[in-house]
Amino acid sequence: MSAATSNEAFTQFLLRMGDNTLILGHRVSEWCGHSPVLEEDIALANTALDLIGQTQMWLGLAGEIEGKGQTADNLAFLRDVWDFRNLLLVEMPNGDFGQTLMRQFLFDAWHSIQLGRLMSSSDERVAAIAEKTSKEVAYHLERSADTVVGLGDGTEESHARMQDALDYLWPYVGEMFQSDAVDAEMVAKGIAPDPASLREEYDALVGRILATATLTIPDTAFGHKGGRTGAMHTEHLGHLLTQMQWLQRAYPGSEW
Amino acid sequence: MNNEWPLWEIFIRGQHGLSHRHVGSLHAPDAEMAIKNARDVYTRRNEGVSIWAVEANNITASSPSDKGPLYEPSESKVYRHPTFFDIPDEVGAM
Repeated sequence: MSAATSNEAFTQFLLRMGDNTLILGHRVSEWCGHSPVLEEDIALANTALDLIGQTQMWLGLAGEIEGKGQTADNLAFLRDVWDFRNLLLVEMPNGDFGQTLMRQFLFDAWHSIQLGRLMSSSDERVAAIAEKTSKEVAYHLERSADTVVGLGDGTEESHARMQDALDYLWPYVGEMFQSDAVDAEMVAKGIAPDPASLREEYDALVGRILATATLTIPDTAFGHKGGRTGAMHTEHLGHLLTQMQWLQRAYPGSEW
Repeated sequence: MNNEWPLWEIFIRGQHGLSHRHVGSLHAPDAEMAIKNARDVYTRRNEGVSIWAVEANNITASSPSDKGPLYEPSESKVYRHPTFFDIPDEVGAM
């Protein structure tokens, strides 16, 4: 395989990592000033900031590997919907607090397993980012899992809301484990694991927490897809970008 | 009002060798979440190496109206301060 093709696949992989953290970070930041209690507001804002910080590393490296002079900021603010490579799950609307925390948990569980694998990546830059970010993500997972259990195994109303959130979001979980040519190349080069190989560990972890939360995983094999390949995003991403990219769209090229 | 989470008093140890110091209070449904909330509210800027959370209603406090009997008797007893001795330099910080 030529060096150009190889860099293309590597760039795609890095965009997938960085776009996940960027879009979820923005979604979580939408809670700032609106959370049900002050302590959760601060905790969610911390999580959002962690994710945006991780984005700078992933997209920074993506721009470097791509070699066309793109900075992390360019990639975040100057691309449109069809260029984004995040999972559909992370662009889903916040809904109520329970839905936000369910989405967070379903993502954190995958994220922590993925970063664990990436710590032994053959690319030392990827391994270093994974090493640094995995500590933040371990905390995100601990927090979101605790909240899912607390609300799932809570009052009748909180349980019903968490089950609704799980029913709504579960069809977006399968996309995490789909593989394509980009993944095959990452596996061949030892840069990243085959997404499908994370499924068993994910199901064990998520199954355990959701059982403790007295929630029932929907009995469906149906899964939405198209986010990580860029084939088709949901209608929600475009709306999110109008907010996130508002400044660059209104005042192109402005800096401070 | 019993929908409110209980209040917790938070103590943080800034570095090894120092005592935990009271830094403030917060609300949380249970002790574990109190620690997590304390981590997010009070250690964002690398302030601590250890957190204690104590439910506020478990703290017994002295009454402000008792301050006369409690504290005034010690005001006139300067001999209780160990300030009448020369401390050798080798002792270091006391």
